[in-house]
Amino acid sequence: MVPSVSNSSENLHPPPRRVALFVTCLVDLFRPAVGFAAIKLLEEAGCTVEVPPLQVCCGQPAYNTGDRATTRAIAMQVMDAFEGYDAVVAPSGSCGGMLSHHYPGLFDDDPALKARAENLAGRSYELISFLVDVLGVKKVAAHYDGAVTYHDSCSGLRELGVKEQPRQLLGSVQGLELREMKTPEVCCGFGGTFCVKYPEISNAMVGEKSADITASGAGTLLAGDLGCLMNMAGKLQREGSAVRVRHVAEVLAGMGDLPAIGEPETGAR
Amino acid sequence: MSADRSQILNGIRRSLQRGELAGDGLKDVQSRLAQPPRGPTVARAQLAPADKVALFCQWAEFNNASVARVSAADVPGEVTGFLARNNLPANVAMAPSPLLEGYDWASQKMLSIRRGRGEGDDQVSITGAFAGIAETGTLVMASGPDHPVSLNLLPDTHVVVLREADIVGGYEDVWGRLRERYGKDRMPRTVNTITGPSRTGDIEQTIELGAHGPRRMHILVVRE
Amino acid sequence: MQSTAHAFKDNVGTALADPNLQDSLAKLKVGFSERRRQAAERLPEFEALRDRARDIKNHTLANLDFYLEEFERKVLALGGHVHWAPTAADARRIIADLCRSVGAKTVAKSKSMVAEEIALNEHLEALGIAPIETDLGEYIIQLRHEPPSHIIAPAVHLTKDQVADTFLEHHRKLGFDKRLTERNDLVAEARYVLRQKFLDADVGLTGANFLVAETGSSMLVTNEGNADLSNTLPKMHIVLASIEKVIPTLEDAAVLLRVLARSATGQESSAYTTLNTGPKRPGDLDGPEQYHVVLLDNGRSGVLGTEMQDILRCIRCGACMNHCPVYGAVGGHAYGWVYPGPMGAVLTPQLVGVEEASNLPNASTFCGRCESVCPVRIPLPKLMRHWREREFERHLTPKAVRQGLALWSFVARRPGLYRGLTTIANRVLSLFGRVEGRYHSLPLAGGWTRFRDFPAPPPGGTFHAQWKAGRKRP
Ligand code: SF4
Repeated sequence: MVPSVSNSSENLHPPPRRVALFVTCLVDLFRPAVGFAAIKLLEEAGCTVEVPPLQVCCGQPAYNTGDRATTRAIAMQVMDAFEGYDAVVAPSGSCGGMLSHHYPGLFDDDPALKARAENLAGRSYELISFLVDVLGVKKVAAHYDGAVTYHDSCSGLRELGVKEQPRQLLGSVQGLELREMKTPEVCCGFGGTFCVKYPEISNAMVGEKSADITASGAGTLLAGDLGCLMNMAGKLQREGSAVRVRHVAEVLAGMGDLPAIGEPETGAR
Repeated sequence: MSADRSQILNGIRRSLQRGELAGDGLKDVQSRLAQPPRGPTVARAQLAPADKVALFCQWAEFNNASVARVSAADVPGEVTGFLARNNLPANVAMAPSPLLEGYDWASQKMLSIRRGRGEGDDQVSITGAFAGIAETGTLVMASGPDHPVSLNLLPDTHVVVLREADIVGGYEDVWGRLRERYGKDRMPRTVNTITGPSRTGDIEQTIELGAHGPRRMHILVVRE
Repeated sequence: MQSTAHAFKDNVGTALADPNLQDSLAKLKVGFSERRRQAAERLPEFEALRDRARDIKNHTLANLDFYLEEFERKVLALGGHVHWAPTAADARRIIADLCRSVGAKTVAKSKSMVAEEIALNEHLEALGIAPIETDLGEYIIQLRHEPPSHIIAPAVHLTKDQVADTFLEHHRKLGFDKRLTERNDLVAEARYVLRQKFLDADVGLTGANFLVAETGSSMLVTNEGNADLSNTLPKMHIVLASIEKVIPTLEDAAVLLRVLARSATGQESSAYTTLNTGPKRPGDLDGPEQYHVVLLDNGRSGVLGTEMQDILRCIRCGACMNHCPVYGAVGGHAYGWVYPGPMGAVLTPQLVGVEEASNLPNASTFCGRCESVCPVRIPLPKLMRHWREREFERHLTPKAVRQGLALWSFVARRPGLYRGLTTIANRVLSLFGRVEGRYHSLPLAGGWTRFRDFPAPPPGGTFHAQWKAGRKRP
């Protein structure tokens, strides 16, 4: 009896409609298309999307350097900026995971702030899993010609369980064929500041990744985190590879015709 | 010496922010020790007796042992047959155990048996087994006057005689039997649980059999 | 063993340039993880067993003093001896005294990471007692005077040809003057050479995977059988184990064994799991006359009750390093001390000091693969982050990193300023990168552009600028 009650009460809740987009620093600065693609996908799924203007960064650079005080300050800023929305959605597993999995632990010594952080954590999501798991999106109306391979970015995969959702939606894209690489779950070597603090190790890792991508035979590489994508794109291009690199949201939103990451504007060359 | 002991124990207590366990805390751990809780049930260790035997054989072979299912009367013959098939010498070192003495070794004219512990140049040993674990095809050897540990380790080939009735589901069943036989607080000096022949993967991660212990293990599973 | 953890970055350079090591690592990365995956799939209860394994270890740590005393009581009752060693030096002294008490010339050792931790071999050698490593991998690296590069596969960094050369060099004086080319011949030759050493050894020294408080037994898990020869043939058996190895009961051991072998090598069970309880009994035809357990603390009791406590659950299976892409790139020696990979990145700063080992917890992308396979669910990335926090608090974080971070956080906490600066950065990067779409080199980003191009942002401005301007598509 108890489970059925909790089930039906869940059904009584309408899906979150008023959604705030957490753009992420990298998308803002290097790949605005991902933000527009995210908004398009969310709107098509019936959401009203807002972009709170006071947002900056989720604080990962400080958090992963061990600077807790700065991380807390930034987290408080984020909690202010995203107060009151039904859901906060980021086109990134690592930023989404920062909000949903790491913020509460920053405030163990302050019950009031911890409660706020938990509240934010409870309504923070990574984009693709939000579309599929929360909004129930099963397919998209998009077209993309050719074979793609999909890299599972670490935080999305292991913290948030993003694995099948992007593959399910990609399966509905007309003209697209998914060709798995051998080890899509192994880290690409980006790791935020890791890639510049330990460039040789990072290079060894991304070199192995690019070999795996190339061996898949796919002409396009997709993933859900811009940091990983820039890292892999940078390596593939340095190696002279013709593989094109895009954020998965762009392809799902029908924006697969834009120049790929690190590619010049059409006609600019 | 005892200063070192109290230094460590007090250090632990300081870190755990408590004194020596007392009251309910002490009672809880004592009763956990007296009645050990079992871990999650492993389904494949819960089979009916006949299925246990089959599962044991299957996993033993998976782990590179060879298995022959025989009647008690056929045990000596199977041993000589196995040695002959593998071009092994008919000199064996045998555990001085009542279980093994119950078989008619005199029927095997070619077989020369030395009873005692294992020696550095033994080629073949024959021992019994305290139990077999179906879950992983593992043999359990309890040391004692009737079962020197060295016989499990030194020879190149280890022949083991295991009665079907001694095949149990999982480790927990072995612990139960050990407590029954030796007393709750009194383990045999050595309990070897052995799963297949000795092996190493230390050169290029490729398994080679016979690192230090037996290269070859043959298990006779004896029907009652 | 002398730590070179401070030289991590140099060690990395050496490792990446070593073709033999890179060949071995390529094999390791596929082999171990694939075998573990298959073993986990064959056992439907595997995840539940991991939860239970974690709980058992947590319970034990919360009552560690009780279980150690209980263990001691049982060992004494059966005629064994227990020695308490607060420090590495204490353990070395205790073991040396025991060896001397029987006039030992040689000690047959089976692989023990704790013995590496306390640098036992060097100590015994200085006293004229020869320690002989009998685990094949340990034997190989002992001949080569190298430290282990992996906690369960100490010679995993070597190729067969390197082993063949080493054997030829060292076994020639024993009459083996042919260079071997087959793995099984190498194994057979080592078996032959070591067999005699077992028979001659006065003392057998082993580690322990678990100490069972209920029965006073030490439990050892191996594949070769060398540990069992070490604890059967010599007249004295010494078990060297750190205090967190104790577990309550045999039932608990059953749970831990089920996750250990599968996590370590993907086996259903290791070939030998042995419980030793006390010395040889009346009527026994073999076994040691003396049985000693040396319990080593070496800083562990101080870890209890801290945010690092979870690392004491570690059962040394090696899965975290087998699945670590950083370990997979540089191997174990780069970490510079006994314990490599993610567990080493957490444990080494504890044991040799965070100043010495400050790089280790930083050299991680926090990809989380280690935590996802750890049989006792140690949150390794979280513990590495704790080290980074301690380093930051103690101003051990490199100056350039600190300054960069301070500047960044100044800006990141001022959204207006941030917008202004990102608008400029975006404009500059997109303008100069327009033609090629990317940069081959960039000021201040040498770590990136040494190996990778840097994608330029497309023209049109930052996302926030475009959104503010009312655009719906870039
Ligand atoms: S930390 Fe976990 S995975 Fe790594 S060795 Fe220890 S138990 Fe195994």
